[in-house]
Amino acid sequence: MALNRKIAYIDLSTGKIETKPIPLKARKLFLGGRGLDAYLLYNHTEKGVDPLGPKNTLMVSAGLLGGTLASASSRTHIMAKSPLTELLGSSNMGGFFGPELRWAGFDHLVIKGKAEKPIYLWIHNGEIEIRDAGYLWGMTTTETQWAIRKELDDEDVKSAVIGPAGEKLVRYANVMTGIKDSAGRSGMGAVFGSKNLKAIAVRGTMDIKIAYPKDALDYNKRFITQIVSAKVNQTQGTLGTPFIWGATNSWGGIRTRNFQYNQCEYADDIEPERFDEIAEETMGHYHMAGCFGCQVHCRAKYRIPSGPYAGKYDEGPEYTSQGAFGGEPDCKNAVTVLTGNHLVDQWGVDNLEIGSIISWAMELYELGILTDKETGGLDLSFGNDEALLEMIRRICFRDGWLGDILAEGGIRASDTIGKDSFEYLIQVKGMSNLHSDERATPALALGIATGSRGSDHLRSRPAIDLYHLPEEVLRKVYSNPVPYDGPLSSEHTSYVGKAWEVFWQELCYMGVDCLGICKYHTTFLGATLPNFEDWSRVIYYNTGMELSPKEIWDVAERTYNIERLFNIREGLTRDDLRKGDTLNHRYFDEPCLRGAPDVIGAKIDRKKFKKMIDEYYEHHGWDENGMPTPETLKRLGLDEEPSGLV
Amino acid sequence: MAKVLMINYEKCTGCRLCELVCSVMHEGVSNPSRSRIKIMKWESEGLYIPMSCQQCEDAPCMNVCPVKAISRDEKLNRVMVDYNVCIGCRMCVTACPFGAMSFDSIGKKVVKCDLCDGDPQCVRFCEAGALEYVDADRVSVFKKKDAAQKLSVAQKEAAVLQPQMFS
Repeated sequence: MALNRKIAYIDLSTGKIETKPIPLKARKLFLGGRGLDAYLLYNHTEKGVDPLGPKNTLMVSAGLLGGTLASASSRTHIMAKSPLTELLGSSNMGGFFGPELRWAGFDHLVIKGKAEKPIYLWIHNGEIEIRDAGYLWGMTTTETQWAIRKELDDEDVKSAVIGPAGEKLVRYANVMTGIKDSAGRSGMGAVFGSKNLKAIAVRGTMDIKIAYPKDALDYNKRFITQIVSAKVNQTQGTLGTPFIWGATNSWGGIRTRNFQYNQCEYADDIEPERFDEIAEETMGHYHMAGCFGCQVHCRAKYRIPSGPYAGKYDEGPEYTSQGAFGGEPDCKNAVTVLTGNHLVDQWGVDNLEIGSIISWAMELYELGILTDKETGGLDLSFGNDEALLEMIRRICFRDGWLGDILAEGGIRASDTIGKDSFEYLIQVKGMSNLHSDERATPALALGIATGSRGSDHLRSRPAIDLYHLPEEVLRKVYSNPVPYDGPLSSEHTSYVGKAWEVFWQELCYMGVDCLGICKYHTTFLGATLPNFEDWSRVIYYNTGMELSPKEIWDVAERTYNIERLFNIREGLTRDDLRKGDTLNHRYFDEPCLRGAPDVIGAKIDRKKFKKMIDEYYEHHGWDENGMPTPETLKRLGLDEEPSGLV
Repeated sequence: MAKVLMINYEKCTGCRLCELVCSVMHEGVSNPSRSRIKIMKWESEGLYIPMSCQQCEDAPCMNVCPVKAISRDEKLNRVMVDYNVCIGCRMCVTACPFGAMSFDSIGKKVVKCDLCDGDPQCVRFCEAGALEYVDADRVSVFKKKDAAQKLSVAQKEAAVLQPQMFS
């Protein structure tokens, strides 16, 4: 059955490997994926552990419904203490690795210690082997994957790998599978690198028994119809995530020149339609690809049309690459975006973080805080496409003084650079913000300020807040599965009721992250998409386990509190600019200079923002400092953590 | 008119939902290694091609079977294995030029596409339209139309570039 997948404890220092079943109690309390990973992290790491030392514990997992007939059950989740933020590190990726891990018999890998020399893990139908990766060290992400397939003589092997950036311990290196599927955020690739772990290769042919096959098939069909009938997903399926960048840019909701402006002007060459054109020209009319079991197929296939990497195949770009290598550094050329996207995929680094860090350095260069002396003669001006691509290389390979410093992440780099460089760093908890501008949207600002892995749009963003849905529609969405009768507002510039929206979305995204489902298949971009009630039935049809929508909600809340406990243990305090639930001063002090009438002039009101945070803590059952109260912990059964269940 | 499974591989997004629903439909499990359909991938080129049984008229698997366990079902236009007769020798696996006959090492039997008795689940779940279940004579009509359209476009382009040829 779908619940019999195991947990493997792998100690790379000693080579000891132990596999154990996952008790049903742990399933009911934490489901799987991010949920159980968070529990494992809290239980298997000591306070203050060095994220790049052997004592950091690394979790790699599939969701509870991975590989089953939940739609898009493709996600792989990776967790450890983050080398970038020194708080919670957590990231997930699509593709085909997660389901394959389950067909190979496992749901969770708990990796401790450090191998003496480069190794990779080979996981095959219940067996785990540590193999030499000396010959793989230095290879790019795709070279590594194809080489492993060759060595194992099996084209169906799926691998999660790091590239040169992970080997060089760039603190925001990612873990990748396939061409572009990346667990990008919070530096999980550097944790791989610190353990001399180049890759995890999996291949499985073991049955996952579906509890009620006919019902599972029929419900999946219903799910798919619901998902592909949403207009937003139809657009995703043709233009991919760049359509969001295009739409929000027209309105003034993106960032350019490191937050100096909120709209990128004269950007025709990096609009979604332009990327679609290039994909069509280089790959043909049907050029979209999907992750496992997904009918949204949001990523394009393309070849770089010109320049030094002309002809190279890649996939994307996503909103993030479009922002990171287009809008933010003000490099308005499609080829630059496509090339930057290709380089980060090959070298294995988070596109969002590296794009933000380089743009920050560009602003420091503009201000004279960084000069030609620090850049080694590189003209790091905004709009210099060649400098941008060169800087990506220098960071990934830690080449030169500045490349090495920036590879350490924004906060460490600002400590080294000094002056008032920190003032210009657009980050929360040490992680850079997405290339969207939240000054006109308090709900979105609250979301990035409170995200458990640092600034992020995938932890709690109430994207439907931008649709101006009638209040009764919002209430219908946000009163399920727990009733909510507090205030709500359809107005995106309002501060009213936004704390509840963020709280609700946090638990919703936690739900999909525990189940291993993609966020495009829940209430993220579309208000009509499935959530708690549907999951309750999907879990039952696929696994036979009975959980009510409210019980799933409780799992999400419990898990979010475990993440909070971890962050507090590692030093989170409410107003700390480096580790707290707050924003860079520019959100409060500098108004939006461009955009639509309801955006231009907007900035976040400090007093109202503080009140929003208070409300948000209250919904969570946390005190005014953001600490879970003893009553909350007791209610969620967390009053005796760490409890050592697994 | 009997129908056939028509594969338009250009439309395939490589998601492998067809493999999943096939194994759930036939074996009640998620396990692509037991699926009757499989997407062959060239990931570094973005090329995905679903492969399944062609339900040949003069099927090599049928001809090679030493115990005559394989026969044609004309009503549904498919090639079927009679497991009461099959001895599991796997000669059919060897003979199939498409690799569409495979051996299920868990079920200990040869398996092939049976068109889900007329309601192929792979088709039901393929929103991309890479898999369709159509009347046998329609397959070439669709291709004719595609080719004709390309011809017409090419002729128009040629007329723009070299008007004298058409004057």
